[in-house]
Amino acid sequence: MLQLALEVGQTAKPEAVMFWILGPLAVIAALAMLLVKKAVHSAILMAFVMIILAVFYIAQDAAFLGIVQIVVYTGAVMMLFLFILMLVGVDSSDSLTETIRGLRSLAITAAIGFGGLMISLLGHATLGRSAVGLTAANADGNVQGIAALLFSTYVWPFEVVSALLITAALGAMVLAHHQRSTTRPTQRQLSINRFRGDSLGTAAGLSGPGVYARHNAVDVPALLPDGTPAADSVNATLSARGDMLDYKKFDLSEINTKVEEEK
Amino acid sequence: MDASNYLYISALLFTIGAVGVVVRRNAIVVFMCIELMLNAANLSFVTFSRINGDLNGQVMAFFTMVVAACEVVVGLAIIVTIYRSRRSASVDDASLLKR
Repeated sequence: MLQLALEVGQTAKPEAVMFWILGPLAVIAALAMLLVKKAVHSAILMAFVMIILAVFYIAQDAAFLGIVQIVVYTGAVMMLFLFILMLVGVDSSDSLTETIRGLRSLAITAAIGFGGLMISLLGHATLGRSAVGLTAANADGNVQGIAALLFSTYVWPFEVVSALLITAALGAMVLAHHQRSTTRPTQRQLSINRFRGDSLGTAAGLSGPGVYARHNAVDVPALLPDGTPAADSVNATLSARGDMLDYKKFDLSEINTKVEEEK
Repeated sequence: MDASNYLYISALLFTIGAVGVVVRRNAIVVFMCIELMLNAANLSFVTFSRINGDLNGQVMAFFTMVVAACEVVVGLAIIVTIYRSRRSASVDDASLLKR
């Protein structure tokens, strides 16, 4: 009997292999999430951690939560994050400079203290105690077991949570609703503004990207009549992302204008 | 291997998330770190549910997920609103009350 209890309490061998492969990966991915500069990379690493957590749930007899984790987190929440990242600008990389002096070292010290405290507490609280396991609780199936609890003991919290979801949806709609504080400029007004500006350089509109006869891609600035490149002819997002080709290469003075004779 | 190993991973992930909330400046990354902390707590719930042989922990984790989803929706809407008015998603730039 004691032997059986020990065997149930210990996780089986395949699970141990799974844990020791995925566990360190999850921690490394979470750490990398802190260290990478671009928010998009953070989001991808976050999705990775969440998938690993879903595997952990399924391995721990929580099949329903594992599937929900994948559907809700990696499916909905992370896509929402990526969507907002696209809206806010993919180029919005975080400056990793400290704005408050000593904040980073203080945070790391506090984290080591907090983590050490948690881990030592967990060691005291759980070591030497074998897990019961969910074989009995999941006898009718995991989904059925959770449903039985959800619609009996937790039916009131369940209803409250549904009210919370509706409130959140309404709140998001109210927050995202954008009311113009100024009137939209008409085409006539825009035209007048163009001609009343400081210079008439852009009176006919901004020039499009691309250099005729040499290179006509959208990431290459146009050349002005005097041969200088027009930096504002390239989309601002492209230049912010650093995808604009160096227009020095297309400066007319750099081009070999000597015509080579064909033999 | 003991089931409590999952608790250690959970503690580590929670700590990493907490550091991220303090250290990072981009509001979206801060938000992702909060999500990481919530997920770490969920892993604890599921593990305790297994240790105790009781599904109550899993129901708690389920509720946490729902609340986290609500929080993401409202939080991201706030970030978009702030971005719209100040053209920046950095938490340092929203400091009008300081002056």
